[in-house]
Amino acid sequence: MDTPDPSLVLHARDLRRSYGGRVAVDGVSIELRKGEVLGFLGPNGAGKSTTMRMLTGNLLPDSGKVSLCGVDLFEQPLKAKEGLGYLPEIPPLYRDMSVDDYLKFAMRLHRAKTDALAETKARCGLADVGKRLIGSLSKGYQQRVGIAQAIIHDPDVIILDEPTAGLDPNQIREVRTLIRELGDRHGVILSTHILSEVEGVCDRVQILHRGRQVYCGEVGGGQQSIEAGFNNPPSVDELAGIEGMASVEALSPNLFRLHPVKGLDPTESVVRLASERNWKLQRISPARNSLETIFAELTREAS
Amino acid sequence: MIRLVAIREIRALFASSLAWIVLAIFQAILAWIFLARLDAFLGIQAKLQNILNPPGVTEWIAAPLFSAASMIFLMIIPLLTMRLIADEARNQTLTLLLSAPISPAQIILGKFLGLMAFLGAAIMLVLLMALSLLLGGKLDFGLLLANTLGLVLLAASFSALGLYLSCLSPHPFLAGIGGIGALLGLWAVSFGSGSFFQAVSPAAHFERFNQGLVDTGDIAYFSLFMILFLTLSIWQLEKR
Repeated sequence: MDTPDPSLVLHARDLRRSYGGRVAVDGVSIELRKGEVLGFLGPNGAGKSTTMRMLTGNLLPDSGKVSLCGVDLFEQPLKAKEGLGYLPEIPPLYRDMSVDDYLKFAMRLHRAKTDALAETKARCGLADVGKRLIGSLSKGYQQRVGIAQAIIHDPDVIILDEPTAGLDPNQIREVRTLIRELGDRHGVILSTHILSEVEGVCDRVQILHRGRQVYCGEVGGGQQSIEAGFNNPPSVDELAGIEGMASVEALSPNLFRLHPVKGLDPTESVVRLASERNWKLQRISPARNSLETIFAELTREAS
Repeated sequence: MIRLVAIREIRALFASSLAWIVLAIFQAILAWIFLARLDAFLGIQAKLQNILNPPGVTEWIAAPLFSAASMIFLMIIPLLTMRLIADEARNQTLTLLLSAPISPAQIILGKFLGLMAFLGAAIMLVLLMALSLLLGGKLDFGLLLANTLGLVLLAASFSALGLYLSCLSPHPFLAGIGGIGALLGLWAVSFGSGSFFQAVSPAAHFERFNQGLVDTGDIAYFSLFMILFLTLSIWQLEKR
């Protein structure tokens, strides 16, 4: 067994799991560092939740390894889980308990410091509802209790499965701000199918499709590409020759995707050359949302 | 950790109306039987004095009381155990326990002990009812103790079986029905003649406690029954 990188708070290798013949997760590997928010993206049914359940010890994988802070989850589950906070898709709330009682229970369960209660409640906006029964709270508050439960013991790894599902836009913004804050001190994995959430919150993104990992990269780190259309198109080589251009892709005879060299913006040169050489520039724009393009391409159904 | 789970379980039980209703019905039925037996005893007390070695008040009232309690346990324990794991799995709250630094064995034992504390309270009520006879006479404490021990062991065994079914079934209702069915089946086995049937059925083993016989064989039977189903429960939870 290779020794895990000490900077990794979570390291999963080659996780596989099938349900009665249907493969749900097929060879997914994840690396998470402290101070990083990893977006876990994929269409519904891509295996996101299954993967997260395996990462948190709720589901045994058919094969593969998970280590949390260098401790193997399957060999020393109790030690590994000490540094883990998990909010599943449906928050694990006891509806007949008050918020305070529930959070105290979660705290003791994780052997957390006893003074964490007030701080966590303030952080999650729960200060006023401590005495209320969880069952009587609105969906938004219940979700916050779920998040509070996952962070109350100050874990190194926080795994949040669709934390903003069912919230109103204001609550979504609050939760995102909270996640961003958490990402500074902890390692956070965030699963979602909302692209803007990933772009706004995550440092890195991993895309799953049909149980396979199809993409892994930085959010916004990749160079923004440019889409340009010409009525009298030049050759690809001609475009690629423009200063600051890394590569050019022809999307159709008239439409090109231009990938600039990191840090340079060749838009102006393209416009200037187009008028000089009469390419009849029709439109030029930053490629719409690079992540969305990647996502759409990678997860398109092969029907 | 075991204590933490147990205490939460007790609090959840007492917060739910089910536990109170069960306890109230249990107590009401036993009180009726107690009074009916007391009435009958007072009616024939005079005649009993003419017999050599007459049955005492403990034999006449307390033993049937414990025997009735064992039958009621057969019906109510599955109702109490059915939610233990199946309900948590349905409400997804099991996730909280499974992703916390607590082992499946600790979860199972916590739940089991929590329920046993509740059933212990119910047994205490039966015992208190029997002890109230001290107001008017003498009690056979040996017989009473044997009955109490028998009832505790019976409750523990039934709870372990119910807990296992709750681990197995996806719905609490199924676990409840399955539990009552299994326990009734085991009770019915005792009607079979032959030592094998008598050895397998909890009813036959409880009957000896009920008669005041504390036999290590019977204690071993209930202990094995309990350990078997607790172990199976832990396995089942680990496998999830």
